Amino acid sequence: MNYNWNWWIFFEPSLDGTNTYLTTLFWGLGWTIATALCAFAIALVLGSVVGVGRTAPSPWMQRSATTFVEIFRNIPLLVQMFLWYFVLPEILPRDAGMWMKQLPNAQFYTAVICLGCYHAARVAEVVRAGLESLSKGQKMAGQALGLTLPQTYAYVLLPMAYRIVVPAITSEFLSCTKNTSVALAIGLMELTGAARAMQENSFQIFEAFTAATTLYLALNLVIVFAMRAVEGLAVVPGYGNRRNAVKGR
Amino acid sequence: MITLNDVSKSYGDFQVLSHCTTSVSKGEVVVVCGPSGSGKSTLIKTVNGLEPIDSGEILIDGTSVSSAKTNLPMLRARVGMVFQHFELFPHLSIIDNLVLAQRKVLKRPRPAAEKKGMVLLERVGLIDHARKFPGQLSGGQQQRVAIARALAMDPIAMLFDEPTSALDPEMINEVLDVMVELAREGMTMMVVTHEMGFARKVANRVIFMDRGEIIEDAAKDDFFGKPRSERAQQFLSKILVH
Repeated sequence: MNYNWNWWIFFEPSLDGTNTYLTTLFWGLGWTIATALCAFAIALVLGSVVGVGRTAPSPWMQRSATTFVEIFRNIPLLVQMFLWYFVLPEILPRDAGMWMKQLPNAQFYTAVICLGCYHAARVAEVVRAGLESLSKGQKMAGQALGLTLPQTYAYVLLPMAYRIVVPAITSEFLSCTKNTSVALAIGLMELTGAARAMQENSFQIFEAFTAATTLYLALNLVIVFAMRAVEGLAVVPGYGNRRNAVKGR
Repeated sequence: MITLNDVSKSYGDFQVLSHCTTSVSKGEVVVVCGPSGSGKSTLIKTVNGLEPIDSGEILIDGTSVSSAKTNLPMLRARVGMVFQHFELFPHLSIIDNLVLAQRKVLKRPRPAAEKKGMVLLERVGLIDHARKFPGQLSGGQQQRVAIARALAMDPIAMLFDEPTSALDPEMINEVLDVMVELAREGMTMMVVTHEMGFARKVANRVIFMDRGEIIEDAAKDDFFGKPRSERAQQFLSKILVH
């Protein structure tokens, strides 16, 4: 292989003329983090609502929640990204469509909403699995004490279900972070986009993607350690595995 | 206090409850027994609306459980329920298990709710465990907490659904002792149980169920003395032998 390695490329000015390639890569990382955090916040809230809807006694709530899940998890993410960005503004009323097209940072908002909905569908299934893993008696016990159904979900079922599914939520958060790279397809200059731009302008493909790989790895390791701390906080004394086994009975 | 009038319920083709009629007066202790699958657990769960009914009527203190106008959560808050598998909330400490519904349903301020909780924990002999979590207690201790949790709502009646069936034998008495004390204090109680010793000691009446029907509804002495139905006789002969 005839390749000229040049690690100093990071300190050379990028195509915008003012910033170095390193700076543009970090800007890309910033967009990746912002997109992942906003999208996952939506995914957690919306996914919880939909997950609760999947287990609710009302048939129409169940059907609506199931429809949401099946639509958003069964269409490829890239296709969804195109639908949100290119198709939706065209099928909306003219004024709304124009407003969307002219929105500053439209790629960012589109990516956040698209990833938010996609991961909400998956989080909903995780939350549903957590809720269904609890005994039926927990819901009855909450209701027998006079709690309404929403109160029973809020104070009895969800707090326990979330604790059970923290590891699965961690995986979803990691997937969401990695999936931000799909937003490159609609022009968001997130980390992969920034690396690709660097490669196209400088032809230093290995350096550009080595940097991107390292930054993705570092970012996901931070998430893993943060979620491990959350997992530690979620431990219920005496419940579940042997690690938390009974002390001082 | 509690009236069941011609209550029926089925799951598809399977009739779980068939024309059940009975009542529990204020201060009365009624034991419901019968072979497994006879519908006794379903019956007790219909009393506070945890299991909906297909036909008939259930009244608690004159309020219909199945009426759409009834505020079911408030009605349930007045009827304590204890489950076979305790059903304490595992993520909450023992005292928080007792405080939660007092605060969210009865709107008691936290200090008052905690005070009430502590008094009840003392009563069931578990005040030293107030800050522990359910998973750190034995089955018998958890069931005593569950009784205290129900009592914290100042119920007008208590429902027990096989409260000792999931316990190791050496833990049964500690739970029964709490229940006996409660009965002697005049609490209205409906108890699904196989503990015939408990029934003999404190029950006023015994209801015997089989295949979703109330076969016998008799005063305690009549039931244990000479049960009228053959099925009740067979049931008693089987469980009293041990």
